[in-house]
Amino acid sequence: MLKIKNYVKAESLQQAYELNQKKSNRLLGGMLWMKMSSAQIQTAIDLSGLMLDQIEETDEEFRIGCMVTLRQIELHQGLNDWFQGMLRDSVKDIVGVQFRNLATVGGSIFGRFGFSDVLTAFLALDTKVELYRGGIIPLEEFVKMPRDRDILVRLIVKKTSGTFAYLSHRNARTDFPVLAVGMSLCGKQARISVGARPQKAMAIELSEAETEKIREGVCSEEELAGIAQAAAEKIPTGSNMRTGSEYRSHLCGVLIRRGLMKLQEGGGRHED
Amino acid sequence: MKINLTLNGKRIEEEIRADLLLIDFVREHGCFSVKRGCETSGCGLCTVFLDEKPVLSCSVLAARADGHAVTTLEGLQKEAEEFGAFIADQGAEQCGFCNPGMIMNAIALFRENPDPTDEEMKEYLAGNLCRCSGYEGQLRGMKAFLEYKKQGGTV
Amino acid sequence: MKTVGQPIRKKDAYALVTGKPVFTDDIAPKDCLVVKVLRSPHANAMVKNIRTDLAEKVEGIEAIYTWEDVPKERFTMAGQTYPEASPYDRLILDPHVRYVGDPVAIVAGKNEACVDQALKRIKVEYEILPAILDLHEAKDSDILVHPEESWKALCPVGADNRRNLCASGESHDGDVDAVLKDCDVVVEGTYRVKANQQAMMETFRTVCYMDSYGRLNVMSSTQIVFHVRRILSNALGISKSKIRVFKPRIGGGFGAKQTSVSEVYPAFVTWKTGKPSKMIFTREESQIASSPRHEMEVSVRVGADRDGKIRAIDLYTLSNTGAYGEHGPTTVGLSGHKSIPLYGSVEAHRFAYDVVYTNVMSSGAYRGYGATQGIYAVETAVNELAQKLQMDPVQLRLKNMVREGEVMPAYYGEQTNSCALDRCMERAREMIGWDEKIPCRDMGNGKVRSVGVAMAMQGSGISHVDVGSATIKLEEDGLYALSIGAADMGTGCDTTLAQVAAECLDCSVDQIIVSGADTDTSPYDSGSYASSTAYITGRAVEKACRKLQEKICEKAAEMLSCGREDIEFDGHVATDRSTGKQVTLKEIGTAGQCGNANALQVTESNSSPVSPPPFMVGMVEIEVDKETGHVEILDYVAVVDCGTPLNPNLCRCQVEGGLAQGIGMALYENIQYSAKGQLLNNSFMQYKIPTRLDVGKLRVEFESSYEETGPFGAKSIGEVVINTPAPALAHAVANATGIWVHELPITSEKIAMGLQKK
Repeated sequence: MLKIKNYVKAESLQQAYELNQKKSNRLLGGMLWMKMSSAQIQTAIDLSGLMLDQIEETDEEFRIGCMVTLRQIELHQGLNDWFQGMLRDSVKDIVGVQFRNLATVGGSIFGRFGFSDVLTAFLALDTKVELYRGGIIPLEEFVKMPRDRDILVRLIVKKTSGTFAYLSHRNARTDFPVLAVGMSLCGKQARISVGARPQKAMAIELSEAETEKIREGVCSEEELAGIAQAAAEKIPTGSNMRTGSEYRSHLCGVLIRRGLMKLQEGGGRHED
Repeated sequence: MKINLTLNGKRIEEEIRADLLLIDFVREHGCFSVKRGCETSGCGLCTVFLDEKPVLSCSVLAARADGHAVTTLEGLQKEAEEFGAFIADQGAEQCGFCNPGMIMNAIALFRENPDPTDEEMKEYLAGNLCRCSGYEGQLRGMKAFLEYKKQGGTV
Repeated sequence: MKTVGQPIRKKDAYALVTGKPVFTDDIAPKDCLVVKVLRSPHANAMVKNIRTDLAEKVEGIEAIYTWEDVPKERFTMAGQTYPEASPYDRLILDPHVRYVGDPVAIVAGKNEACVDQALKRIKVEYEILPAILDLHEAKDSDILVHPEESWKALCPVGADNRRNLCASGESHDGDVDAVLKDCDVVVEGTYRVKANQQAMMETFRTVCYMDSYGRLNVMSSTQIVFHVRRILSNALGISKSKIRVFKPRIGGGFGAKQTSVSEVYPAFVTWKTGKPSKMIFTREESQIASSPRHEMEVSVRVGADRDGKIRAIDLYTLSNTGAYGEHGPTTVGLSGHKSIPLYGSVEAHRFAYDVVYTNVMSSGAYRGYGATQGIYAVETAVNELAQKLQMDPVQLRLKNMVREGEVMPAYYGEQTNSCALDRCMERAREMIGWDEKIPCRDMGNGKVRSVGVAMAMQGSGISHVDVGSATIKLEEDGLYALSIGAADMGTGCDTTLAQVAAECLDCSVDQIIVSGADTDTSPYDSGSYASSTAYITGRAVEKACRKLQEKICEKAAEMLSCGREDIEFDGHVATDRSTGKQVTLKEIGTAGQCGNANALQVTESNSSPVSPPPFMVGMVEIEVDKETGHVEILDYVAVVDCGTPLNPNLCRCQVEGGLAQGIGMALYENIQYSAKGQLLNNSFMQYKIPTRLDVGKLRVEFESSYEETGPFGAKSIGEVVINTPAPALAHAVANATGIWVHELPITSEKIAMGLQKK
């Protein structure tokens, strides 16, 4: 059973950061994962009083506070209009509404869990992470960093123009994904992130030529299948309780091809 | 540590352990409708409202409810009775152990979306497991309740 | 009929939908000791040394017990009629631990925190032994799960602990090998069902306290109060007169609570300390140390003529009872006795089986009780036969299925006196549009829609064994009190039995109060299992009510000073036909409490020499994504013959609930063990029971036959309903993809990779 000695509702990020330097102290996210552990925590640090549960939209970007819940992401009009429902698609099958009312974006991303839909989705976008000490760095870089005692303050997602898609395969509807794929067709190179491999999500990019062809909408189904197959081959997969690596790799090709078809239909044109 | 919250409309100020979970807090205060069905935040039996939102009370520290309003089915008896009658008319309450959590979340759904489609109901309640009913009777009950509401039925 | 057959609300509905405190943990005394057990991390080991001194020092700890502290007489935790078919192979705590999760020590303390801390401080030294984790390796292995001399089997079930056999046997009719040899077509397959968990929402839990007579009171979430009393008496080595067992509302059972999973530990604590105690299983404990379905591997051979006449069925079941033998010898029987008879009187059949001990969690009594496993095998084999014969599987079944009046050699030679299986088939076929949809349609986008079919049967109680009883009495104000020993576990039997009583007594259901399942006050009932309550106890209620009505008439005659034969009673008023003088029921009830020497109370028991099978047909339409292997259930149609549905609402919910569990077993619920014998699916996160998004549309109808031996024509319904999803879904998947999946669950991986390899 989880044990917590003290609880502190942080009054500033500085205070939270300082407390968090002690190894026996822990920052609280949505607590869903932490609650299942048998961690012995000296001081639990709560960021919920710091107004970090807001999604701010500017002309260039969305700024998503670390305490924003998955349910907020799911329901946020601006985010879902801009990214064509991709973020909603990525969270809607996560357990249930009550769970998503608690689970936070910060917790999901900071945990860098292998099964994370949230990480997979944001990794397909032009996303940066704002760390209290470490400053603003690309999410892709953050994913590869070892866990440290910094604070993930917010995500900054650029309003790139293009088309977006999110697909996942699950053994049962609200289960962890067997494989998850996020995609964006913006700029010169289409971006594909694959999560639940079952290792944590990773992203690859298509070549400029391939991207251009898809944007023009001139790829045949066979060509898209070929591109998808080549992309899938770059994605290492493994086995866990949910499935074996061979099936995952097969799914990877299928989901990427389906995603590419969606991107091609959208043609990378942003309708605003 | 000391917390100050409203439970079913009643103000409570109390000294608690930092790791006390909200589910245990409300049960200690006589809200036995709130059940524990799993330890992995996945069954929905412990659903309560934190302010207006349905959450899993097994996964919230009571400390985090400080300054907020907590509502359990004990605080929503009229709604429970009114809506629950439609579940009972299907015989779909069955063993009844998952009912309070399901009914809490259904009330949340109806407040958020008074005219949901079948699919919306299923999606909103996906996090409420039931092993007895096969869910179909619950859906029939919800549909009958919504129809009754449309015809002007009130509490 | 006025009340039987009506969709009446359950008597406890209001309390349940408003969340009243009616379950075990809601009404436990506040000062209960918290009881937990330390569980073995090894699949097979001897406890060499166990140190509890450090743990005992934790503040708040009341007691810690190890194997040295408990009685040495073996017992079974199976809730069955004495002498139990399940071997006596348990101790409360045993120095030999036989699966990961087997209890090693019992800790009781004033709260959960101190008990958890104490559990961590117990030091156990194990001698780790090699384990049997594969059911194929168990029989005659060098490793013995139960080498002990004190192991014993009370019944001749072919058990032999020196061979790891919990049971073994064979029965046959005709020469199956000869007939199969003579058949034009023979299909053969081996079908495997895993040890699915019951996953009722309320985990196992028990509260114990001593009463003013120095007796142990046990309030437990159980289906079997009387059996639990015997089990506790055996386990604790105390007289049954010292024990009372009763149940409050139960948060689901499905057979899980037909085994005494949680009772012995707090009972031992309270008996020793004299203090109230409770044990609430965590979900993890419920998953890893309880009473799941028996893993079975069923090998079938079905032989037929070219024109589709099924002539022979040969079936062998290898069943895994796990570390202990609860329900091992009996579940296996149903895998043959409730699958082969679906085809009535085939020329020859054989049914052989072995039930083996292994070092995994012991199994129990899960809804369907072996029939589920057997029917998955036989029905899939018959569907494969239809394919081989190029015959419509519905036609094949209509040609061969058991009919009313037929004798079933594989079902103890019983005759079907009520059977609407043929009508169920015709109606299901119509509902789903079978003829247009068989076998499949390509939807043009990599998706295929297809249909599948299966039949099922079960029993209604255990013939010659189960006992149901009812006490009914007339009280003041013309109120009736019905007392039963059957256990309403959400099924609604408190209400359906009251409906039977109301029908007999010509009164409303509201006039009847029901109290249930208390060994001190209820008339004897074997308990609610084996699909017995409606049929067996229902008839007991009927008998008791008829007798009470007779007594009421006698009393009325006495009051009106006339002969019994002059009395006409309509349920409310008794009239002397010759004089027209009347007394009301209320007056009779009142008179029963003043100067009365003839109790207006009747207890009747019932047992049946037959166990009339309910029947059903399930048909499913699915859409398969041929690339991902995903299966979407579009429509599940079930048509059931449960005799007279006593309460159509509750019957329908039984069907829908059973289908959902069957769908879970067929598609989602996986059981996986680590190489060391640790169950990996130890939570709802890793064991995925269906959500409401996973079950598709379920449609239920009834085609009722009338069972003369049941109350108002009723048979059972609780179990038969779980049996069709696995074979129907396996069939639909085969119709869509050509792949026959022989091991549950049918995952998208199996389908997609199967298609890749084609």
